[in-house]
Amino acid sequence: MKKTIISVVGQDTVGIIAKVCTYLAENNINILDISQTIIDGYFNMMMITDTSRSEKKLDQISTELAEIGKEIGVVIHAQHEDIFTKMHRI
Amino acid sequence: MINIFEVNETNKMIEQENLDVRTITMGISLLDCIDADLQQVNRKVYEKITRLARNLVETGEEISREFGIPVVNKRISVTPIALIGGAACKAPEDFVTLAETLDQAAKEVGVNFIGGYSAMVSKGMTKADEMLIRSIPEALACTERVCSSVNLGSTKTGINMDAVKLMGEIVLATANATKDQDSLGCAKLVVFCNAPDDNPFMAGAFHGVTEADAIINVGVSGPGVVKTALEKVRGKDFEVLCETIKKTAFKVTRVGQLVAKEASKRLGIPFGIVDLSLAPTPAIGDSVADILHEIGVEYAGAPGTTAALALLNDQVKKGGVMASSYVGGLSGAFIPVSEDQGMIDAVKANALTLEKLEAMTCVCSVGLDMIAIPGDTKATTISGIIADECAIGMVNQKTTAVRLIPVIGKGVGETVEFGGLLGYAPIMPVNPYSCDAFVNRGGRIPAPIHSFKN
Repeated sequence: MKKTIISVVGQDTVGIIAKVCTYLAENNINILDISQTIIDGYFNMMMITDTSRSEKKLDQISTELAEIGKEIGVVIHAQHEDIFTKMHRI
Repeated sequence: MINIFEVNETNKMIEQENLDVRTITMGISLLDCIDADLQQVNRKVYEKITRLARNLVETGEEISREFGIPVVNKRISVTPIALIGGAACKAPEDFVTLAETLDQAAKEVGVNFIGGYSAMVSKGMTKADEMLIRSIPEALACTERVCSSVNLGSTKTGINMDAVKLMGEIVLATANATKDQDSLGCAKLVVFCNAPDDNPFMAGAFHGVTEADAIINVGVSGPGVVKTALEKVRGKDFEVLCETIKKTAFKVTRVGQLVAKEASKRLGIPFGIVDLSLAPTPAIGDSVADILHEIGVEYAGAPGTTAALALLNDQVKKGGVMASSYVGGLSGAFIPVSEDQGMIDAVKANALTLEKLEAMTCVCSVGLDMIAIPGDTKATTISGIIADECAIGMVNQKTTAVRLIPVIGKGVGETVEFGGLLGYAPIMPVNPYSCDAFVNRGGRIPAPIHSFKN
């Protein structure tokens, strides 16, 4: 299974999670885990997702989520989990 | 399982501290393009490069988007052209046609530089080597993306002083040939002692004859990440300092390793090496000099700088080696002047001289890099500087290089602007005394005694 990490950072506002989750549901992306916290007054959310059943490639998902982020004033990244596991795990 | 803080740390490195993969460089062997007919060589070279590197740029960008890490440059290195053109080229002008072919191929596949317009002459020059070297000024003036390098010596062979003398003249001729662009040609020309076969960084990248048909080499970067990590350990002792650099270098290199493996898989070309170098850019916060400042010297060049750099270079290697299965290239800290805002500031403050830079090259990769000097500097003086740098490499069994830019029509105190990644530089003074008699002796300097390890 190809796991994708989606992270959202920005000013807290109504409907951030709803907006992101709607996109994920529409694109058949399953959420495996969510954690959310406030760091230095900023909204921080991380989702571990499974994109393997989506018809879209990660490349496109990443670009589209970044667009949604711009609309609601937060920064959204969708990245292959390997960049984090390689960097933080031996 | 990865947690939110680790995700934040990685993304902060990328967004705020300029962590990136500096280059994915595809090495391509052109040995099978050799032909006695010049037109045939040109055709084969163009076809092979455009066939193998067709998807290089697109793949680099795809990886960049999927992992969320910038891959700044996509580049190509080829077999030293002196070997490829030797059978067909009868004059320096013939070699220039090959440079033009490389330039066209680079433009066709969309890479920003192609390296390997090179000759390996550490012990002697063949006719082809000499013709290639003599064609460099014209080749760099009439092309845009071609980079040239010449290996002038090694620990095993000594230093080819005839070639050193010639290269002093060629550097100056290249400066003259590109004087309308502030002698930009010299920014694409580097001379080496102990040049590695698998260096992914320009201008010195070439695909050595010891390499496979095609290979993917990756150069990482991340001075900003190291600097930020060191800000948190201000005032702590050397043990803490070194541990911090090592851990950071490990993380940075792991990203390089990941991208290299991924690019290799997607392009169907074997993975060669990751080059661990800390490579600065003119962007604020992407400076090796700033790391030295953070370690504790007021400006790069102040007393203590060489020791700080030695420590930095060593810890980068120690941290990086474990993060990658194959390490190669130049692997260390780069100290170019024009490409590093902190170094430029140090020169402007009169803290950093050419002589101090030379001392610094004894303990880091690579050498005197991107240094603007007055346009009226004599060819023999440039040769003398090259010989000094080669001697450091030869005796210390390390790679050293010289990339000087004599800026025609400008003198000390003036500034030269190259633009983009090449940056800008204040012109530095050169020792005015002559070394004519030394350079004009001819012949070569024998290999040092410790090269006889048999």
